[in-house]
Amino acid sequence: MNVLLERLRAGILKDNPIFAQAIGMCPTLAVTSSAGNGFGMGAAVLAVLLCSNAAISLLRRAIPNTVRIPAYIVIIAGFVTVAQFCIEAWAPELNRALGIFIPLIVVNCVILGRAEAYASKKGLYASLCDALGMGLGFGLALTLLGAVREILGAGTLFGRVVVPSGFQPALMLAMAPGAFIALGVLLALVRSLRMRKTPKAKGAAEQPAAGRAGQENSADATGKGTDRSSAARATAADGCGACALACPLAGLVPNASAGKEGKA
Amino acid sequence: MRFFEIFLASMLVNNIVLANFLGVCPFLGVSSRMATSKGMGFAVLFVSMLASSLTWLVNAFILVPLELGYLTTLSFILVIASVVQFVEIAMKKFQPALHRSLGIFLPLITTNCAVLGVAVLNVRNEYGFFGSMVHTLGAAAGFMLALVLFAGLRERMAETVEDVPEALRGLPLSLVAAGLMALAFMGFQGII
Repeated sequence: MNVLLERLRAGILKDNPIFAQAIGMCPTLAVTSSAGNGFGMGAAVLAVLLCSNAAISLLRRAIPNTVRIPAYIVIIAGFVTVAQFCIEAWAPELNRALGIFIPLIVVNCVILGRAEAYASKKGLYASLCDALGMGLGFGLALTLLGAVREILGAGTLFGRVVVPSGFQPALMLAMAPGAFIALGVLLALVRSLRMRKTPKAKGAAEQPAAGRAGQENSADATGKGTDRSSAARATAADGCGACALACPLAGLVPNASAGKEGKA
Repeated sequence: MRFFEIFLASMLVNNIVLANFLGVCPFLGVSSRMATSKGMGFAVLFVSMLASSLTWLVNAFILVPLELGYLTTLSFILVIASVVQFVEIAMKKFQPALHRSLGIFLPLITTNCAVLGVAVLNVRNEYGFFGSMVHTLGAAAGFMLALVLFAGLRERMAETVEDVPEALRGLPLSLVAAGLMALAFMGFQGII
């Protein structure tokens, strides 16, 4: 029970995939034009994540280390295909709304990241708890972003009118630029709430800048290709917690890379 | 003429990053410096051209005749992963100089949703082989354009980072800037 609670807390609050780790950005921005779509995408990712974490955890001793990433991708792709059929059959409207982003769940770094960081090292039960926490965290973040964009952009929530009649919706928020801006503002709000809560984390916002500077300095100083590539790989690995292959967001993620890079 | 329209539409009007939200991770992740963003742009161009032609052939000559349409996702990602691996090995052997400049981006491209997304869009929109190639070229050029422009913006923004409230520094500010760029790109919407 402790594992379950701990993973739920980590996934939804402490290491939330969107608000703390900032991974899986493409679907986050693309499908959150309404709360319903965000919720649907979150549910699909949660389902795939539960299945893939379970399968990878059970197979973790059978998969050779050198080919693990391709193996994970094939396992994930299999479950995504199943999810795609289920959505096509039971939720055709959601299928139309999410469109190409359903097959693209395969390359969602939330899923590959959890496989690499957690399921490949832990047992079945712990991996399932982790999938539940991370999947719920991702889904809640998407629903929240979708709700904000839907209320301000269309004046509705889950399709029902929720604003007074004089309210003029800002259509831009439902369109592409609004996705970037709304997510940026939400991230800043979450971050400032965190800073207020824990004075210790006050330096957190400066860390990415420092981290980036460090990264650039080290890249400039070494200059040679091999050194730079190893540096870049190390940064990528730090950034995502684990998925060095998937996520080049290293320099931008607040709670990740700063310490190690400062020393480097 | 039709191909020119496809090219313009995929590069500017439906810009792959700013309108379609494909490849947002590398767009935000490797855009802090101009030089790296160019390298990433070329790597994506190269891999997506190769991957799109192969996935189109796989779809037309294997999946469609055998009615295996449900294997699209699985087979495409396998093709892309192996292409990336193969390109990396071949480049290391035959073009070490190029490998030094582009090599670090290659592993990141396997899970770049721009590459898989373009391959799936080619098939879904039924462009035909040549049309698919033009669409891929336009999409990759659009990716590079957005990435390089954004890197220029961020180099400027980094100079004045002290004036920014703490909570906005880094990713949130980048996202807002990207949103303003997307707004500017919406201006292309009338041209076709």
